[in-house]
Amino acid sequence: MKTVFDRPAALSDVPLHYCPGCTHGIIHRLVAEAIDELGIAGQTIGVASVGCSVFSYNYFECDMVQAAHGRAPAVATGIKRTHPDNFVFTYQGDGDLAAIGTAETVHSATRGENITIIFVNNAIYGMTGGQMAPTTLPGQVTTTSPYGRDRSIQGNPIRVCEMLSTLDGVALAARVSVDSPKNVMQAKKMILKAFKNQEEKKGLSIVEILSTCPTNWGVSPEKALDWVRSDMIPYYPLGVYKDVDATEGGAAK
Amino acid sequence: MTTAMLFAGFGGQGILFSGKQMAKSAMYAGKNVSWLPSYGPEMRGGAANCSVIISDEEVGSPLVTSPDVLVAMNLPSYDKFETSVKAGGYLIVDSSLINKKSERTDINVCYIPATALASENHIEGMANVIVLGQLLKLTGLFDYDTFLADMLRGIPESKAALIEKNKKALELGYNYNA
Amino acid sequence: MSEKVLMKGNEAIAEAAIKCGCRYFFGYPITPQTELSEYLAKKMPKVGGLCLQAESEVAAINMTMGAAASGTRVITSSSSPGISLKSEGISYIAGCDLPCVIVNIQRGGPGLGGIQPSQADYYQATRGVGHGDLRLLVFAPSSVQEMAQLTIEAFDLADIYRMPAMILADGALGQMMEPVDFGAIPQRELPAKDWAACGHENKRKKNIVNSLYIDPQELENIVDQRYERYAKIEETEARCEEYLTEDADIVLVSFGITARVCKTAIGAARAEGIKVGMIRPITLWPFPKKAIQTAACSAKAMLSVEMSKGQMIDDVRLAVNGQCPVEFYGRTGGMIPTPDAVLEKIRAMQAQL
Repeated sequence: MKTVFDRPAALSDVPLHYCPGCTHGIIHRLVAEAIDELGIAGQTIGVASVGCSVFSYNYFECDMVQAAHGRAPAVATGIKRTHPDNFVFTYQGDGDLAAIGTAETVHSATRGENITIIFVNNAIYGMTGGQMAPTTLPGQVTTTSPYGRDRSIQGNPIRVCEMLSTLDGVALAARVSVDSPKNVMQAKKMILKAFKNQEEKKGLSIVEILSTCPTNWGVSPEKALDWVRSDMIPYYPLGVYKDVDATEGGAAK
Repeated sequence: MTTAMLFAGFGGQGILFSGKQMAKSAMYAGKNVSWLPSYGPEMRGGAANCSVIISDEEVGSPLVTSPDVLVAMNLPSYDKFETSVKAGGYLIVDSSLINKKSERTDINVCYIPATALASENHIEGMANVIVLGQLLKLTGLFDYDTFLADMLRGIPESKAALIEKNKKALELGYNYNA
Repeated sequence: MSEKVLMKGNEAIAEAAIKCGCRYFFGYPITPQTELSEYLAKKMPKVGGLCLQAESEVAAINMTMGAAASGTRVITSSSSPGISLKSEGISYIAGCDLPCVIVNIQRGGPGLGGIQPSQADYYQATRGVGHGDLRLLVFAPSSVQEMAQLTIEAFDLADIYRMPAMILADGALGQMMEPVDFGAIPQRELPAKDWAACGHENKRKKNIVNSLYIDPQELENIVDQRYERYAKIEETEARCEEYLTEDADIVLVSFGITARVCKTAIGAARAEGIKVGMIRPITLWPFPKKAIQTAACSAKAMLSVEMSKGQMIDDVRLAVNGQCPVEFYGRTGGMIPTPDAVLEKIRAMQAQL
């Protein structure tokens, strides 16, 4: 019988700890597929961050390093600078990347580190139990914004791809979603490109993936996907915010 | 034997350089030596000094608080350190910048208008080396020719003008009769 | 002609790092350690290495961790306030059992403090750098020559014991120049870094460099194993210099630049007929307990001399264990004790014997 669907080799054969309906599983799979398609598992070093994806070091069949909260891009810099011919990626959530690790994110981007950042934006702190994130939407209820995020008190959400796309060191900044088969295909395309860019030493590539958190949003998995479409995408429009292939002849400045 | 020296003045006068030349020559002569600079936020114009210790023994504390030789290249340094010179020691004063006379009788005081000499001889900025020349003569710490050779060692031949300036300054200082 | 070169302490550390094969430096400017990064910024590109200025001390220590995690010999440096920032990363590095060298050219504190020499980070280096049960190898050079030598030692021992090592010096040692003889670099047999995350090339199982153990029993086991290694280090790696202790009634304990001040004071005291000597810890962790214990058996009193309000004195007292009185003399804020002041203290102690 012909196998038409299987676990990617770069995805470990262990149960994931993620909640039912969470899209981390899809995103892990897409990253593993990209690693398989490029045949680079033996040359790849992943950096796990702090948050729900803290255990991602158990899920990818490549060498992994677990970093402190927010510091994954700095750790990745240290790995990549000492191993320029290896592939290095970070897998970070919104709290990790856009709050505590903002400086590390921005500066690794502007330096043009040849790394790939997989940025999972689900507008909430999942691991600690549903607190407000830097990407929590205006009005969104979390345990630390129980009356809804009030911009006059808690400030505004941060649009990471838009911000990073202004930096010369960035080769690719794209926002995708995994709420539909079509969007999953597009997400895969961008993740693949983000890894390929390392081969060609084009600069930093970040793929922001809008993700769900049914548990902490307090909705069913299906409703969670609806909410991505109805609320998240309008605030965080999908698209390619920067691609040096299209605009700058192939390499970040 | 141990000689403790303190070079003090404004940043930019070559105070640290002077100390370094003494330390280098002492090192080449096989002595134990330490050079400790003051450091701080002022790179130019602020107070600058350095402690230099030359010894046949292991150098203990590198900080010179009572020098055998004090080179004072500005008034604040003179005021601050004049009383700290050890009895029987040497105080060398750039008299073009310091218009005071020491009342101490237990030390050897030498007044040399080094800054004025430098500008009269068109070697502005070399007052520190002029003072070094005088220091060599007074203390006999190093042989003149050896010291000159040590000093020129670090200067590339492409900078011939700088070599000439240093030579001239050291000679002027050495031959000046205070 | 002498083989020696006249160098600043900061530069000697940098040159020693290059001489023993380190090709990566990650740092952030801070007085009074800046010459170290400036030296490496000039030299690293010429030897095929990299000196990268990070956006913060936090980033610098994590870059250091990344390099170490992937099996690379690496160094970072800072001064007191910057080490506080690095503390988080140092804890992770210790928790991941990674070797690297961290330099602290101490200045006065707390807070922004000052920029003049200090030894007030003794507690931090030996007790409190980062959260959790952890130790650093801590080396305390007291001359520019030792800045070079101990840097090389620090790299090797860090590799051997798979743990971070710190050079704990101060602004005076960093800024001062003395002759240095690099001589021959000792070549040690070092363990292979088969744990490194550097790409498995499909030839081995994947390596994970990690400090997270969610099961408390598993974490306790890991920490216990690490402490077995620490115990071995305490047994074998403690180093000190004993100076005129044999007949000494009064034994000083002092490290780094302060130990040199003490030597001058001891010379003067001996000239007055006072029998005084010194133990100079060269490693602060492991602390040379045995040498101090032995000295305490024959000495009538001991004196800890530090550039702090009294930190190492706790370790001295623990080692002396009540055998004889332990007194303290120190300056702080960036003030270097003078030999005269130490001599005065020795005289006062002698009068009490």
